[in-house]
Amino acid sequence: MQGGLPLFPERASTMARHVDALFFYLLGVSLFISLLILVLIIVFSIKYRRRASNEIGAPLGGSMKLEVFWMVIPFLLCMVMFGWGASLFMAMQRPPPQAMEIYVVGKQWMWKLQHPEGQMEINELHVPVGRDIKLTMTSEDVIHDFFVPAFRVKSDVLPGRYTSIWFRPTKPGRYHLFCSQYCGTNHAVMGGWVTVMEPADFEAWMSGGPTQGSLAEAGAKLFRELACNNCHVSSGQGRGPSLVGLYGSIVRLEGGATVVADDNYLRESILNPRAKIVAGYKADMPVFQGLVNEEQLLELIAYIQSLAPPPAASGQPGAAAESHPPAPATKKLQ
Amino acid sequence: MSSPATAPALRRETYLNVSFGVKSWLLTTDHKRIALLYLVSITLFFFLGGFFAVLIRLHLLTPEGSLVTAETYNKLFTMHGVVMIFFFLIPSIPAVLGNFLIPLMIGAKDLAFPRLNLASWYIFNLAALFTLYTVITGGVDTGWTFYTPYSSLYSNTHVVPTIVGIFFAGFSSILTGLNFIVTIHTMRAPGMTWFRLPLFVWTHYATSLIMVLGTPVVAITLTLVAVERIFHLAIFNPALGGDPLLFQHLFWFYSHPAVYIMVLPAMGVTTELITAFARKKLFGYHFVAAASLGIAVIGFFVWAHHMFVAGLSPYAAMIFSILSYLVAIPSAVKVFNWTATLYKGSVSWATPMLYGLGFIGLFVMGGMTGLFLAALGLDVHVHDTYFVVAHFHYIMVGGAVMGYLGGLHYWWPKISGRLYPEALARFAAIVLFVGFNLTFFPQFILGYLGMPRRYHAYPPEFQVLNVLSTAGASILGVGYLLPMFYLVWSMRYGPIAGSNPWPATGLEWQTPSPPPPHNFDRTPVVTWEPYDFAGRADLQYPVPRPEPQMFQPAAHD
Amino acid sequence: MSAAHSALAEQFRDMEQQREASSLGMWVFLVTEIMFFGGLFLVYTVARAMHPAAFAAASRHLDVTLGGINTAVLIVSSLTMALAVYAAQVGRRRRLMGFLALTMALGCTFLIIKGFEYADKFHHHLVPGSGFSFPGAEASPAEMFFSLYFAMTGLHALHMIIGVGLVAVLLVHAGRGRYTAEYHTPVEISGLYWHFVDIIWIFLFPLLYLIDIHH
Repeated sequence: MQGGLPLFPERASTMARHVDALFFYLLGVSLFISLLILVLIIVFSIKYRRRASNEIGAPLGGSMKLEVFWMVIPFLLCMVMFGWGASLFMAMQRPPPQAMEIYVVGKQWMWKLQHPEGQMEINELHVPVGRDIKLTMTSEDVIHDFFVPAFRVKSDVLPGRYTSIWFRPTKPGRYHLFCSQYCGTNHAVMGGWVTVMEPADFEAWMSGGPTQGSLAEAGAKLFRELACNNCHVSSGQGRGPSLVGLYGSIVRLEGGATVVADDNYLRESILNPRAKIVAGYKADMPVFQGLVNEEQLLELIAYIQSLAPPPAASGQPGAAAESHPPAPATKKLQ
Repeated sequence: MSSPATAPALRRETYLNVSFGVKSWLLTTDHKRIALLYLVSITLFFFLGGFFAVLIRLHLLTPEGSLVTAETYNKLFTMHGVVMIFFFLIPSIPAVLGNFLIPLMIGAKDLAFPRLNLASWYIFNLAALFTLYTVITGGVDTGWTFYTPYSSLYSNTHVVPTIVGIFFAGFSSILTGLNFIVTIHTMRAPGMTWFRLPLFVWTHYATSLIMVLGTPVVAITLTLVAVERIFHLAIFNPALGGDPLLFQHLFWFYSHPAVYIMVLPAMGVTTELITAFARKKLFGYHFVAAASLGIAVIGFFVWAHHMFVAGLSPYAAMIFSILSYLVAIPSAVKVFNWTATLYKGSVSWATPMLYGLGFIGLFVMGGMTGLFLAALGLDVHVHDTYFVVAHFHYIMVGGAVMGYLGGLHYWWPKISGRLYPEALARFAAIVLFVGFNLTFFPQFILGYLGMPRRYHAYPPEFQVLNVLSTAGASILGVGYLLPMFYLVWSMRYGPIAGSNPWPATGLEWQTPSPPPPHNFDRTPVVTWEPYDFAGRADLQYPVPRPEPQMFQPAAHD
Repeated sequence: MSAAHSALAEQFRDMEQQREASSLGMWVFLVTEIMFFGGLFLVYTVARAMHPAAFAAASRHLDVTLGGINTAVLIVSSLTMALAVYAAQVGRRRRLMGFLALTMALGCTFLIIKGFEYADKFHHHLVPGSGFSFPGAEASPAEMFFSLYFAMTGLHALHMIIGVGLVAVLLVHAGRGRYTAEYHTPVEISGLYWHFVDIIWIFLFPLLYLIDIHH
């Protein structure tokens, strides 16, 4: 038998510490209550064991005070668990603004991971230690789930939309990557390794491999090939709205509603443009559903993301927000 | 040992000897006979599901998987889940013990709709045939959760016949629930007010509400999956504009409350066991009764806690997290009241009580680990790992099956008219408790280490814990086989039980064992409060003598 | 032994208990039916919220006139059913039989009209599956609309067929004089079922046929 008997998972991200702290709080509360009940049961069963076959128990009916006591105390303990769990969850849901963005496509049964500079990996992910990493993920077929136990992060990877997770590795090493949503025959082997490297090693690794140019460059090329640039001209005078500075901004739609131009919005607007029409434009963009695959979509989105807003436009999130301090919830955890 | 021929008590007309022959059983409308028919059906399914579990645990002895291929492994855990949940756990206590006991406990001649009751057994078996067909022709590999789009588009196994089977099993469960609700409302004996009902009846009422309200939703949802699969529709298929998360919402809207279908009746059984073997009024009767309804009602509003990492909005996740904590409160109320009932009781260590106390212990562990899963930030790490597998086995196997076996032992004298061998039964109960913990406790550690569920192969560092779990499962398996043998044996050779061997306070103990075809020779009139040992002059206690000690043969041998 | 007494099943103490149990049983059954249809209504709501334009476009292919006639037919059938229940309560056997026959005829009329509508959809390739074709931009959401149309109206039609069967059984039993002013529970609870099925249609008609009526 190999592998020994590990009892606790490795801790290799900033989040791991916080998840473990919550875990130990819960463990403490549950151990206390479980042991309390166990001891009471054992003590009562022995102390009040039946001594004669015709003996009966004392006629006690109940106690309002006790009932209220053991409703209120567990309730309060539970609310602490809820509040703690929820604030941790919100921190997990909000990636820090300067995070390095990596695109992930899951398919039966492999992971394709794409660095913004163009490096593509399969079932392996190399990241530098101490950097915030954001993964934007989608699936080509069924629901998968990206899970790195050492980082305590996990998210389902769904077909037809983007989900994301973020983490900041704290310790160089090789960590398991699992698919943890059942996805068919080879679900158990749809995994690999996340390699956390010292920044210098990471730089060396990045410059070592072959690359076909950055993701945004590939997106720009595709943008021209699909003739998107015929309508989406940067001056805003084309048949379609200008895409400069669009990423992360708030878009006003036909009918008065607004929407944040995030990955999911851009994805929908490429695949099914009629779903949300930008105010002042006609619904005449062709449908690209079936014409671009998941990887090409990510290239297009990376390209749109790279179109920085003109210097005059300030106050919009996105590239311009780089100097802003991180959100409070995230800051607390770093 | 007395033989049946020399036992004068058995010459009396009972539901067992009122008529003979296969036809008299297959066409019976007597709720007690139908309960026994269910007992046979679900025992077969329990051992079928258990057989799959044995293969799963054997396969996981080595990291690369030592027994079957990946495809077969996936089918094994799917069939294990489908069979155990839909064909054993959901019908177990309600359809066997509930069917047998509810009319007896409320002082009725039968359920309100006896023919519907028989029909629901036939529908259950029809469902069973579909499922057996699937097993024989190659199985299904979607997991018992049938997540789309895998189940509707990608799997090429027998999804549709399995869904048809579950649909019919659900229909059977709806009819049982409907029958219980109407019976409890309209058939109570004179004097049997709502707050004189045994808790067993209260929990079955709560369970029936879930069956009636939840099951239709999963039936229509799975039907849509089958239809989508056959006609390639787009309802749950994202490639054509559908929404796979909609399936998960609809599925868990039933399947989370379904957990309470499994555990609420076991809570009812435990309440009966604790009061009968502590010979004491239930502490906080009204609170325990209200907690049963509370669990059933709140249980309908926590479904999305299965979807915290599925791409739910974080605000929705928060609401479902807080509601999940709320449903923990009534469960805690029950546990505390059971414990308080032991205080100043006259606690016997008879077999059913061992199961009852075992239930509390395992349910507390299952419930407590549920709090881990409801904490959003922590669920992200443990979701879809063996932590979840261990948690729900503690609730469903540690809880529901312990309750089922405890109830079966407690009411066995009433069902069969015979006593089981006490010493052997205590031994089996302890083997079960130990085997269960050895099997499933290591899985909590595996889960926190990060081993995902539904893996046919795993990294080598997880092997020791998996081997431990498999070793525990072999002990657990022995624990399950023992009762089957000695209960069957006792039907013929066990000592004759009187009408009230323990004695206990419920109406079911006022009629002879086994009961006559119409339960009571005349309609009972209830004038006493539930579990009131002190106020009951009619209970016949055995002559005063010291209690038999643990592991000694019982006095009747 | 009176006629009423012979209808008492052995598990009940008296007629009152039996009537109460039957009626509660039907109500509980109708609650399960609401949950059953409720699942479909929820799927419909989510799908329509995701694809409002496609649903409106697809809805235009339904025949509002035929749907409207069917709505009227069902409302009248509910009236005749209610009159049948009243006739049973006051013990008027011939009137009971007349209204039951009328209810059955209206139910059949509904089913026949529905059959014509279905045939029309087949003719225009609007039945989901491999033969589906939709003249518009959003064919697959439109197919989703028609899947739901057939699922919901099909399930409703199945309930109508069961309802017509129930009324037929009542008619035969009424002919044999089984129902009296004292004992007519089957008529009453079948009436509940009939009204329930009608109410489902009252929801289905605007949701499916009238999405885009203001254009």
